[in-house]
Amino acid sequence: MKNAMQKIFSWFDERYDVTPIIDFASKKKVPVHRHMIWYYMGGVTLFLFITQVATGILLLFYYRPGADSAYESMRFILTKVNFGWLIRSIHSWSANLMVFFVFVHMFSTFFTRAYQKPRELTWLTGFILLALSLGFGFSGYLLPWNELAFFATKVGTDIAGSVPLIGKPIMAILRGGEDVSGATLTRFYAFHVAMLPAIFTVFVGIHLPFVQRQGMSEPEELAKMGENEKKVMNFFPNFFLRDALLWLIVLNVLLFLAVFYPWDLGFKADPFSPAPAGIRPEWYFMFMFQTLKFIPPHVLVFEGEVVGILLFMLAGLAWALVPFWEIKSKSRGLTHPMTIIGLIALVFIGVMTVLGYIF
Amino acid sequence: MKNKVRCTSWLCILITIITMSLLRAEITEKLRTEDKCLSCHQEMELLPADFQDYDIHLQNGLSCAGCHGGDPSSEDPEIAMSPQKGFIGIPAKKDIPQLCGKCHSKIDFMRTFQPGISTDQVQQYFTSVHGKKLNLGDKKVAECVSCHTAHQIPTVKDARSSVYPLNVPATCNHCHGDQQYMEGYKIPTDQFDKYSRSVHGQNLLEKKDISAPACNDCHGNHGATPPGIASVSHVCGNCHVNNLEFFAASPMAKPYSELEMHACEQCHGYHDVGKTFDEMVGVGEQSVCIACHSEGDKGFQSAVEIYTSVKELVNTLDSAHHKLREVQKRGMDDVDISFLLQEANQTLVYTRTLVHTFDPVKINEKSNEGVVKTREATLLADKEIKDYNFRRRGFGIATIFITILVIALFFKIRFMEKKKGNS
Repeated sequence: MKNAMQKIFSWFDERYDVTPIIDFASKKKVPVHRHMIWYYMGGVTLFLFITQVATGILLLFYYRPGADSAYESMRFILTKVNFGWLIRSIHSWSANLMVFFVFVHMFSTFFTRAYQKPRELTWLTGFILLALSLGFGFSGYLLPWNELAFFATKVGTDIAGSVPLIGKPIMAILRGGEDVSGATLTRFYAFHVAMLPAIFTVFVGIHLPFVQRQGMSEPEELAKMGENEKKVMNFFPNFFLRDALLWLIVLNVLLFLAVFYPWDLGFKADPFSPAPAGIRPEWYFMFMFQTLKFIPPHVLVFEGEVVGILLFMLAGLAWALVPFWEIKSKSRGLTHPMTIIGLIALVFIGVMTVLGYIF
Repeated sequence: MKNKVRCTSWLCILITIITMSLLRAEITEKLRTEDKCLSCHQEMELLPADFQDYDIHLQNGLSCAGCHGGDPSSEDPEIAMSPQKGFIGIPAKKDIPQLCGKCHSKIDFMRTFQPGISTDQVQQYFTSVHGKKLNLGDKKVAECVSCHTAHQIPTVKDARSSVYPLNVPATCNHCHGDQQYMEGYKIPTDQFDKYSRSVHGQNLLEKKDISAPACNDCHGNHGATPPGIASVSHVCGNCHVNNLEFFAASPMAKPYSELEMHACEQCHGYHDVGKTFDEMVGVGEQSVCIACHSEGDKGFQSAVEIYTSVKELVNTLDSAHHKLREVQKRGMDDVDISFLLQEANQTLVYTRTLVHTFDPVKINEKSNEGVVKTREATLLADKEIKDYNFRRRGFGIATIFITILVIALFFKIRFMEKKKGNS
């Protein structure tokens, strides 16, 4: 058996020279320290993305986009297709968990200041992947064509339409017309299953090799140590097996959520009915939604909503470019200016999200 | 093209509504300024401030002089209210129906306001007990203004109208519930109390369901009269069509007629018609069948069989609904079960209606149809609950499998690192 494997390997090696890659992987080390738990967050996100792709493809077998067929096909998947309920529930839950872990991964990178030189582009591609994940969430939310999703999309695209100058054309492109309709559904479907996955794959294809090429970022105190003093572990198989172990646990949590808290389908969207009470976006957009609600209708001579959107856009841009404007300081721990900025952002997001669910 | 036609139609309707409202406002405004009856009586505070607000007559240009006569263009009260100018003052009670009929009985005139309007109110009125007594000189009976009021008359469709469906019972009760006023007529005065407690009254007065019958729906309005023995079932049958049809074709119809018994009223009552319940049939304490039938006769046996058939369907439906709730509680698929139970519910309604055939065989056949559907729903519900348990078991098995894998991986890592450490 071993001989046969070796023969196959030699066959490939002879043609594609894979030995350097194997060498690189086998020599790759992961620093061992008390914050190393955060190294696993990216892996979990990747696992959830793979789950999304797999369950998404299975859902495509039966899902039919269209104002007259989307909800019905979802109902069919949930009630008639063998294990359809499980696939759909896992898809919805893993989508939410993926966004959650993307945020965890991003904040852990921020607080450990892993975005610093030479990893500026890894951070930037990661930020783009975060934006794309939110795009996945926003476009996927509408696909079941239920009441909540319909009106949330209406509100969401309305907000996009308030952006000065480019808002209206963006809203028209998103909606495929003046209002949310069947045309919006089909283009959200195209975004969700074709455009976003293609772009996402490209950026994952850049982000991961960057991480592999540069290795894991080390905390400052570890970086100062001599090579012999550092505690490390092999990426293959030690870290990889730990990753696999965590993935298995996440899979089990996913199964638990899908079986015991199956995702609701709700009522079919009726564009002519008044918006029901309790329309709210997905939880990861809640902090922005709630902030816009708190901003007064007019700020000086500008519309409050426009000011809010512009501020969010500026904040997003600043966050994406963190490696290029980072405030250097000798202070460590909680007193470091970047840590304070990160904490303010985290508390702001947390408080606004909670308030969004209370009010 | 279709859209253009639709847009044009909507535009035309909109323009018509706006024009009508403007015209109406213009008429009212004109009356307010030019009609001296109105302006003087309002100045003297003899009319309430909102007098002109919703009166349908004023809105259509009919002012005080239309009924009271006189000259509304004169500011001098002597001239305006002189008999020479046709002023009649307060019309005599006996003359009121004819006075209203001056306009309301003229189809050519009335159709200019509402093409489908009926103009036989006065004619009908004189066929009513009220009208007949008025002709005999009774000054207490109701005429037009007793029910519609004299001034500030809104349209019948206006909820403020005294003859709007929700207000009809109170309007009739104004006289019919007054013991002193009704003295001498030898009719009861507790109809409103009874009606308020009835299923009809509760639906109309409490649930504000204007499809429930008020007094006029059974007695007629302008031609109000108590329904006779022959017509009482037709009155109920106006709404309860199938019940009447079944009863009329049943073997009970003939003896009822011979014994001069009111068809529906005999079992259900009239002003205090209660909500029906299954125990009204059968031979139990609440049964209405045992009022005539006793043990040993054929009717008694039929009552037992009818009750059994209805109750079997009711019981199986109850248990199926319980199962449905179990399915819903577990968040499982309840669509097909609900559809089947809806059908079975419909069959139960029909079975209950069939009771009026007094035919145990027919009732049993229908009831069985419902029982079959209900059992089908129960089977589906059982399958869903089984499926729910299967999912939980499946999760349990998957968890065991994953846990074994996790433990194996954990030991593999430990073993691997221990081995490396030793070497």
